[in-house]
Amino acid sequence: MIDWLKAAVLVFVAAILQVSVFSGVTVLHGTPDLLLVTIICVALLRGPVLGAAVGFWGGLLVDTANLGTLGVTSLLLTVAGYWIGRYGETNGRDRSHAPFVSVVVITFLYALGSLAFHYVLGDPAPAREVLWSTLFQGIALNLILTWPVYALARIVLPPPGRRERVIHAVG
Amino acid sequence: MAAIGSSAQRSSSTHSARAHAVVRRRLVVGILSVLSLALVTVYFRESDGGFLHGLQSTGASVLRPFEVAADRVASPFEDAAGWFGDLLHARSDNKKLRKEVDQLREQAIVNLSALRENAQLKQLLKYLESPRYPEDYRPVTARVIARAPSQFAQQIVVSAGKNNGISKHDAVVTAEGLVGEVTKVASNVSQVTLLTDDSSAVSAVDIATNASGIAQQGISGSLTVDRVTKDQVVARGDVLVTAGWRSGDLSSLYPRGIPLCLVTQVGQSDTDLYKQIQCDPFVDFSTLEAVIVLVKKAKAP
Repeated sequence: MIDWLKAAVLVFVAAILQVSVFSGVTVLHGTPDLLLVTIICVALLRGPVLGAAVGFWGGLLVDTANLGTLGVTSLLLTVAGYWIGRYGETNGRDRSHAPFVSVVVITFLYALGSLAFHYVLGDPAPAREVLWSTLFQGIALNLILTWPVYALARIVLPPPGRRERVIHAVG
Repeated sequence: MAAIGSSAQRSSSTHSARAHAVVRRRLVVGILSVLSLALVTVYFRESDGGFLHGLQSTGASVLRPFEVAADRVASPFEDAAGWFGDLLHARSDNKKLRKEVDQLREQAIVNLSALRENAQLKQLLKYLESPRYPEDYRPVTARVIARAPSQFAQQIVVSAGKNNGISKHDAVVTAEGLVGEVTKVASNVSQVTLLTDDSSAVSAVDIATNASGIAQQGISGSLTVDRVTKDQVVARGDVLVTAGWRSGDLSSLYPRGIPLCLVTQVGQSDTDLYKQIQCDPFVDFSTLEAVIVLVKKAKAP
């Protein structure tokens, strides 16, 4: 339960920083997505259930703060959190490259998913801009964020193996 | 035999726990996905005064202090990043520029963020007192507290809402020119759709020649001006302002005379009915920090 609370606070801070600070940062037309990176890190460390839950929570916060359509970001981030959680649970968690691979793949799929969702909803869906002009810069910026965010997430939510070792040593 | 039996029991209980975990995680992701789809559906179907819109408005008001706080905390870092950017350019210049960078550094130490904010607010004040400001409107000054996190929507969220007298479709400006229109209003915050959004369109008029057309989203942050017939005269460097038309009970969302953009390219072909005009907006949408919402005086509380 404490893990859930810590993850919720971490994602809350990431969502607030995303809408008020990071959305305004543009480097070579790309914008970093701190919230997406945070959700990926939490999901990798804690598995699909918490990954999906923090994805839903983060999406709800962003849609509320931006007065956007409620549920759109939640759905995309729920699926992203669940999928990366499964990857972490099955074979990704102990690999040092896992967070970076996850961020590249999910940033790409998230852009595709957002584009498809907005197209279905009848919103403007500038495919060229999303998939060509800004996607690679966005991936690069997210990769830069990955290392510090994953390190912070590991401190807040220690990997199960390490935690068990600490309990064993203390106990 | 006993060892085999114990091992079989352990294997059976492990298998059962694993199956339980699979069901649990599938249930969670299923419920959350259905809940998200339900939110999207209900949000789309209900009116602006519906339950979810109300809930969102309350949520946005609750989140507002956190956003303002995050913005204030990040502001010195943004200034520092800007300062380093300036410094990089200055290194390639001569001694004179280095001297200016030193002066800028001193300014940054004093408080660059406060100076910048002050300058923007002063500019807004100057605009409010100038003859360019439309008479029938009351200004509501607001800070930009959030920006849309994707390229799908050119929108910002500002720190003023219904409680300040703002309503949907109010025009939003800065001292430089038109920013966009209010598209959603909550109690203390409002969503502003920028001029560069796909859904925005403004009746524009050339102040030099009175040629009129419709300005809308162009390529890479510029605007295109459509519906300008070939007999009308528009030249490169002309200034376009809002037309502010009125026809019976109907009128334009924007008051007349708000600067829109500077014409950068004018072309025409034999096959097209209209001229092809491109212009650069006066407002730099990437550095917006404060805006003025124009509230009609008649509906002010």
